[in-house]
Amino acid sequence: MRTRDVLFFARDAALGNPLRTSLLMLAMSIGVAAVVVLTALGDGARRYVLDQFLAIGSNVVIVLPGRSQTGGFSPANAITSTTRDLSIEDAQALQRARGVRRVTPLIVGLSEVNVGGRLREAMVVGTSAEYGAMRKMELAQGRFLSEGDWTRGAPEVVLGATLRRELFGAEPAVGQLVRVGDRRLRVTGVLAARGEGLGVNADEVAFVPVATALAMFNTSSLFRVLIEAHSRDAVPAVKDEALRVIAARHDGEADVTVITQDAVLGTFDRVLGALTLAVAGIAAISLAVAGILVMNVMLVSVTQRTGEIGLLKALGATATTIRQAFLAEAVMLSLAGALLGYALGHAGALAIRLLYPGFPAFPPAWAVAAALFTAVLTGAVFGVMPARRAAALDAVAALARH
Amino acid sequence: MSPPASIPPAAAPAAQVELRGIERVFKLGDSEVHALRQIDLQISAGEYMAVMGPSGSGKSTLLNVLGLLDAPNAGHYRLEGRDVTTLSPDEQAKVRSQRIGFVFQTFHLVPRLTAAQNIELPMVLSGLDPAERRQRVQRALAEFGLTPRASHRPGELSGGQRQRVAIARATVMGPALMLADEPTGNLDRATGDDVINLLETLNRERGVTLVMVTHDARLGERARRRLLLEDGAIREDRIQPGAYAPAVADRA
Repeated sequence: MRTRDVLFFARDAALGNPLRTSLLMLAMSIGVAAVVVLTALGDGARRYVLDQFLAIGSNVVIVLPGRSQTGGFSPANAITSTTRDLSIEDAQALQRARGVRRVTPLIVGLSEVNVGGRLREAMVVGTSAEYGAMRKMELAQGRFLSEGDWTRGAPEVVLGATLRRELFGAEPAVGQLVRVGDRRLRVTGVLAARGEGLGVNADEVAFVPVATALAMFNTSSLFRVLIEAHSRDAVPAVKDEALRVIAARHDGEADVTVITQDAVLGTFDRVLGALTLAVAGIAAISLAVAGILVMNVMLVSVTQRTGEIGLLKALGATATTIRQAFLAEAVMLSLAGALLGYALGHAGALAIRLLYPGFPAFPPAWAVAAALFTAVLTGAVFGVMPARRAAALDAVAALARH
Repeated sequence: MSPPASIPPAAAPAAQVELRGIERVFKLGDSEVHALRQIDLQISAGEYMAVMGPSGSGKSTLLNVLGLLDAPNAGHYRLEGRDVTTLSPDEQAKVRSQRIGFVFQTFHLVPRLTAAQNIELPMVLSGLDPAERRQRVQRALAEFGLTPRASHRPGELSGGQRQRVAIARATVMGPALMLADEPTGNLDRATGDDVINLLETLNRERGVTLVMVTHDARLGERARRRLLLEDGAIREDRIQPGAYAPAVADRA
């Protein structure tokens, strides 16, 4: 039998029973669509995080107080007890290190923000003018924190867009006085709305000069020092330099942890990559289930078409021909279901992107290819047994069953 | 499609079909059923033979053995001088495809295929060139008066038309041996007669050997040779007086 005829025969056999065919295609398509959508979610999450990090700037080095064993990012880093503070002076010293373009200190805390009786609990970030440049802050009105000596906290505050709206409503905010904790600060600028960023919504943050924040939270230690290297290539050198500078200032002990963007990125990339693989694996189970369904349906088909198989034998079909015809049908159904699932999956990913415009839910090519391949492979593997059974039927008995 | 056009000469060569000591035993639980016992039979090319006998006498089994659908437990079957009992399944399939045509009581048309596609099926299975296939299908449709029904599915055809499609399908590969198992069993008398006429015409004009199982005595009378089976054995093998059957007549 010619290959083309085998395919046509299998196609006609599949179309001859539309309900069976469509159910089988549906099962297979759900499996493939699940893989496509779930990997789109997983990989979308990965890209989203990477994008967020890249938004900070790819050549940023983060210094945090206390030594951590790993270079990665873990909750322990945030609560490590510190022998020595990471002070404003340390940050200033880092400014003078080689390969460094900008440095900005960072301290974070919660405080009440109060305007004319309107009270809000807000995240207060103490930092410097450089922060605005490093994070590419865009202002809706006014200016970011003023430049100058970090140790001299000016009575200024920059409000996030949401915070401004909640405190001032439609009234202009710039120039007004705001009470933050126990201090009265003048609003110098309002940030342009920016949206969620790594769990911190910059729209709900109040930025104040670092010295002001240190006094407000009654502490002398910084939360972080962000260093921007001149280039991405300079990052390792800057990292070493930062450790050297801190060691020199801390009695020879480099009791800080220096994280490079690459390390953080790498960790997130690995974690989320593994997550994507895991969800793909879970979704693949539905493909295996679909494969078993293929076998079942084809076995029923062999039983239903016993008379036809007997006839084919009487007409001179070899066992190989019959096997090929049934296997071709199983593979064809799986392939059609897989393609349908591919379309459904992409439609699902598109729907997610439309619902959450900031979320890059694109299924990775490897996952799509693997899903299609697995679908067709399961169809073929699970189609073998029914096809063999069909080919092995006894012609006389098969003909009698009509 | 090049069957011997003329009647075999009186000094006939070896028989087309030669069965020697054919036994077919079915096991039903502990008991053994002898469907065929020591069948010795010769059929010459171009013969017209009716196989008769009560039900369970082995008629269908004999036909299945002749059609290579069933393998005998003992004995030898030579088809056109070649021992076909020892062939591999694939070689037997090839013999079925090229030398044997089946006509069944229940027609056995594939319901999802049109009349034309059903007729084409044996050629599709044998891998014949599509252009050649189309040509032969058109010819067969015209020959059997089925051209207006070419694109109808079996469900849309009458019983007689269905059997005509089945006969067209059986002849389209140009077989030398046509095996018909109760071809009129599912048809009314008039339609059945049409079908028999059709088969007889094939036998007469194309020289196709026709072996027909029937329990209709009236149909059996029409055949030149009548084989009566009883309990798996040949009870009677008779040549109808007046009907020509040269090769066998010589032997008998």
